[in-house]
Amino acid sequence: MRFLSNLVTGLGLGSVYAIIALGYTMVYGIAKMLNFAHGDVIMVGAYIAFFALTKFGLPLIPGILVAVVGCTVLGVVVERLAYKPLRQASSLSVLITAIGVSYFLQNGAQLLWSASPKMFPAIISTGTLNIGGLSIAYLTLLTIATCIVVMVCLTLFINKTKTGSAMRACSEDKGAAQLMGINVNRIISLTFAIGSGLAAIAAVLLCANYPTVTPTLGSMPGIKAFTAAVFGGIGSIPGALLGGLLLGIIEILSKAYISTQLSDVIVFGVLIVILLVKPTGLLGKKLSEKV
Amino acid sequence: MSKNETPILEVKELGIDFGGLTAVNDLDLAIYNKEIVGLIGPNGAGKTTVFNLLTKVYKPTRGTIFFDGKDTAGKTVVDINKAGIARTFQNIRLFNNLTVLDNVRTAYHNNIRYSPVEAVLRLPGYYAKEREIEGKSRELLEIMELGEYADVTAGNLPYGAQRRLEIARAMATEPKLLLLDEPAAGMNPQETEDLMRMIRFVRDHFQIAVLLIEHDMQLVMGICERIYVLNYGMLLAQGLPAEIQANPEVIKAYLGD
Amino acid sequence: MKKENKGIIGYLFNNRHRSRTISYGMVIIAYLILEAMLRTGNLSNLFLGLLVPATCYLVAAIGLNLNVGVSGELNLGQAGFMAVGAFSGVCVSGVLAGSVPAIPRLIIAIIVGTILTALIGFLIGIPVLKLQGDYLAIVTLAFGQIVMNLIMNLYVGLDSSGLKFSFVQANFTLGEGGKFLINGPMGATGTERIATFTAGVILVIIALVIVYNLIYSRSGRAIMAARDNRIAAESIGIDIAKTKMMAFVISAALAGAAGALYGLNYSTMVASKFDYNTSILILVYVVLGGLGNFNGTLIATVVLFLLPQLLRGLQDYRMLIYAIILIVIMLVTNNELLKTKVASLRGRKQKAKA
Repeated sequence: MRFLSNLVTGLGLGSVYAIIALGYTMVYGIAKMLNFAHGDVIMVGAYIAFFALTKFGLPLIPGILVAVVGCTVLGVVVERLAYKPLRQASSLSVLITAIGVSYFLQNGAQLLWSASPKMFPAIISTGTLNIGGLSIAYLTLLTIATCIVVMVCLTLFINKTKTGSAMRACSEDKGAAQLMGINVNRIISLTFAIGSGLAAIAAVLLCANYPTVTPTLGSMPGIKAFTAAVFGGIGSIPGALLGGLLLGIIEILSKAYISTQLSDVIVFGVLIVILLVKPTGLLGKKLSEKV
Repeated sequence: MSKNETPILEVKELGIDFGGLTAVNDLDLAIYNKEIVGLIGPNGAGKTTVFNLLTKVYKPTRGTIFFDGKDTAGKTVVDINKAGIARTFQNIRLFNNLTVLDNVRTAYHNNIRYSPVEAVLRLPGYYAKEREIEGKSRELLEIMELGEYADVTAGNLPYGAQRRLEIARAMATEPKLLLLDEPAAGMNPQETEDLMRMIRFVRDHFQIAVLLIEHDMQLVMGICERIYVLNYGMLLAQGLPAEIQANPEVIKAYLGD
Repeated sequence: MKKENKGIIGYLFNNRHRSRTISYGMVIIAYLILEAMLRTGNLSNLFLGLLVPATCYLVAAIGLNLNVGVSGELNLGQAGFMAVGAFSGVCVSGVLAGSVPAIPRLIIAIIVGTILTALIGFLIGIPVLKLQGDYLAIVTLAFGQIVMNLIMNLYVGLDSSGLKFSFVQANFTLGEGGKFLINGPMGATGTERIATFTAGVILVIIALVIVYNLIYSRSGRAIMAARDNRIAAESIGIDIAKTKMMAFVISAALAGAAGALYGLNYSTMVASKFDYNTSILILVYVVLGGLGNFNGTLIATVVLFLLPQLLRGLQDYRMLIYAIILIVIMLVTNNELLKTKVASLRGRKQKAKA
């Protein structure tokens, strides 16, 4: 029973990772860049939600919406100012720029809101649901449910709408997509918008579970979610879900049964083993070069 | 070339499948010392695939490849080069950020060796070996008429010179068999003429066998002593240039049904 | 045959030697100036404390440039290798304290740190170098984090029965008069500070000699060939795994040497100092300095390392300004449109002056 409850907790944490991983994987799939600043967009989302819910006393849903809008705007603006001018540059240059953006957001947040941690308010009652001896926190259920809703919506959007198929076309071959009359720049912008909007949702869930808001709160979940995206096969949306969930479960189980201090070692160790067995991740496409 | 001699390269019943698709099938080839042999065929006939099989970029599904009397089964791309097969590529693959001279120097990797320790400590061995490498490399550049470009970055070379540099680099590995994948592609008639002269010179000077894929019939008929024709991954014909030119099957394959 | 320049000046400044002549020159001149200022007491305390760390970052960045610039493999775990060097160096020095004088002890600590890091680099390189591109990068990041986390859980101590270590605090006890060399998350404490600026500069020179001499050699050409075109490199008989490993291990070893010096420059040192942020910091030095350009690495490392300190007057804004400078540099140096704009502005200015 204890194992089951750990498993559910792991699924909850994994759901948060999965939503963050979506942002990494979508941006990688379409813009072919590692957006190192994604974790810091989460941090900004957390602050916006924090102020919306406490200072301005907004109810939960409008509060989250404000954070989503804020992060979406932030994501699009960052893309427009810092990444778009580098479309033709080497991926390493874009990576370094993203690191610069990450520093900028972290230090900007520290200036604006100071480094001292803020307590995120509880967003739902702290009760638990009991099913035959297994007790699950409502928060965990909400987190998992949100992840499912996000996944379903995103999958429908990508597969059923015209814009979704334009996104898929861009991820296959940007040049060909452009020739087919798709506005590639607009699609990249949209990808950043969606990824950043999801980051805001992830931020609220993350802070509901771990209620300390600091300027660096996005770093570690960002790195972990990035790992999750690679784990599942970067560029693949189902891969992000699978990678995120697995990562969450592995992290919680290793904390529960092996060692709290060494859980990161185990998480990253599993990543390495998976990449050695499947060099492009669990659901990633196989790459080969024509001779 | 006498038929009693053992071939330097002997391929028997070679075949490869990609998924369910058979790309090359039941291929027999024999190349003898100091021959220049052509491998021709329509687009998609599997010519480059044959090169990739010979150099172990692909593992054959069926058949055997004997080189210099030894079975090459289980060897890697690196082993094959060490054994004495060097190649060029249809889509040019140079070390674009290195100079022309360094491209050739690099290819002496296995034939003129010294350890990294000798290099870092600049021991006398380093200087002696580097002088030898440079001398031989410049000689090859002169042969391929690239001497004037020695210090140019390879990526900035004109197209024809890039193709010649690939040959110089391949020759620096001191092969017994040289595989040329469309060496004259994109060259004008004058350049092709010069290239033919260089290929003959390389063969005579270094006493090696050459197998070349080419679409330019002026070159193929002018330089090759024997020709293999490939169609749909299978051998369609083989023989002397004159025989191939007169072969109705070959003409049909090229002109289409 | 090409005409060879005659004489020592010609030798130093022909194409092949110019860049390294400039490198050695810069390091030696900077050293002489700083050493003179040091002797005459013209160096502020703040600046004084930055000298040794600067040389450490230089050595680690030179190593990383070999891996990222020359070998072409993105490595996000360089700080992990520094950590191995730092903590092994601290342990060696701790064990030898009392029996070996400071300078030979420093040398031994650096050598042991370097060898141990090279060994760990080799072990990590076996799986890492099977991957390519972004996947390779993320795995180096993962290994960096693993190494850091393991050291954070490492207990090393010295007592009358000798050197002891454990990954579990509970079963780690020291005998009478024993002392901790590494105390888990608290890291190394009470380290005798034996690192010196001169040692750092010598290390920088050694790193440069190794890297330059390697590049202009058979091995260096093979490393660059494997970077430029894997398939062509294999076709001329170059073992890709072996050449990539050589660059990776030398890069790690240099980080280890840098780490050992770094660890012995502070009385306390925690492993979390060497997280991925530090790896990324070094990567920024390398990329801004120019891939494969070691003069660039020297300048970028020193400037970017000092920049936050020079901006100290701006207090809270300094890291923000640092971030903006970083972004602007990347945009200006990589965007064609901006590049031409900046060039035309410069042209106009020069015309106005004339």
